Amino acid sequence: MSEQWLGLITGICFGALLQQGRVLRFEKQVGAMLLQDMTIMKFMMSAILVGMIGIHLLVAMGIATLSVKATLLGALIVGGALFGAGWAVMGFCPGTSVGAVAEGRWHAIWAIAGMVAGAALYAEAYAHLEKSLLAWGNFGKITLPGVLGVSPWVVIPILGVVFVLVFVFFEKKGL
Amino acid sequence: MPRHFSWRPYVAGALVGVLATLSVLVSTLLLGKTQYLGASTTFVRAAGFIEREVDPARVKANPYFAKTAPKIDWQFMVIVGIFIGALGASVVDGSFKLEAVPPVWRERFGSGVVKRALGAFLGGIVAMFGARMADGCPSGHGLSGLMQLSVSGFIALGLFFGVGVMVAAFVYRQKGGLR
Repeated sequence: MSEQWLGLITGICFGALLQQGRVLRFEKQVGAMLLQDMTIMKFMMSAILVGMIGIHLLVAMGIATLSVKATLLGALIVGGALFGAGWAVMGFCPGTSVGAVAEGRWHAIWAIAGMVAGAALYAEAYAHLEKSLLAWGNFGKITLPGVLGVSPWVVIPILGVVFVLVFVFFEKKGL
Repeated sequence: MPRHFSWRPYVAGALVGVLATLSVLVSTLLLGKTQYLGASTTFVRAAGFIEREVDPARVKANPYFAKTAPKIDWQFMVIVGIFIGALGASVVDGSFKLEAVPPVWRERFGSGVVKRALGAFLGGIVAMFGARMADGCPSGHGLSGLMQLSVSGFIALGLFFGVGVMVAAFVYRQKGGLR
């Protein structure tokens, strides 16, 4: 099977699950940022909980390898803050914008157009950023277990308990 | 359980965790290349495709487009698939609904389509510029990064959401406090 077909099948499943989780909607995304509706957090944290176990099992069995993004502190702080600000106004993230149009919320098309323009702008700025901001605070491809000097199987159960406690908190508060 | 409790986000989310794991397994076995879920790189490729129609020499000379070339790869097809999957699921369960302006936006800024379009467009520019700088979005950094316990994922998702909370409070705040 080609890379493209596999991607398409994966995407169809991902899109259906995003839609069924009801996380594609503007009100769910902004609702989380207004601390009123934590649907997207419940969704993401459930995915992370299951995925971190599954992926680390595959790594432990020697089947797959991790593909960790480098911790470039300057780029992460400035880029992360810019993303957060844009996300709040636009009300979609890159993946959900496409799914939002598909479930009829066609105003997400403006967000998609803006994001394509933003990508083009970033391509123009990249040559300058590469030697300045992007070069600052490079800690390499580090993981939490690596930094703490422990096995991932120490971190995973702890995070699991924290996530479940957060879920209980969300439900108690009716978020 | 409180009145509004729903298993929906938990079950759909957990299944995304299964999907991410299967995707890593199957892509490694079938393609010999491990694929982790992500979305924002595709917007660079899409921008490259469009810009190439207008000014091919500019795209060719750009070092970022050299790194992230306009091509239809695995992730690009994931994005196409998200559209098909979300369309199918929303039609099947009847939740498909045409909407020009989202309700939360309408309450704060009115039902003008132009205002919503401008907000979404400008927000989109800023968000994608930031996502490319941070090298990921809530899918690549948030889901895939945290599943791998990557330090960059924790920092990125913390900033995405932390700054999102501050800006949302500022943008959507109305007289008499938060709605």
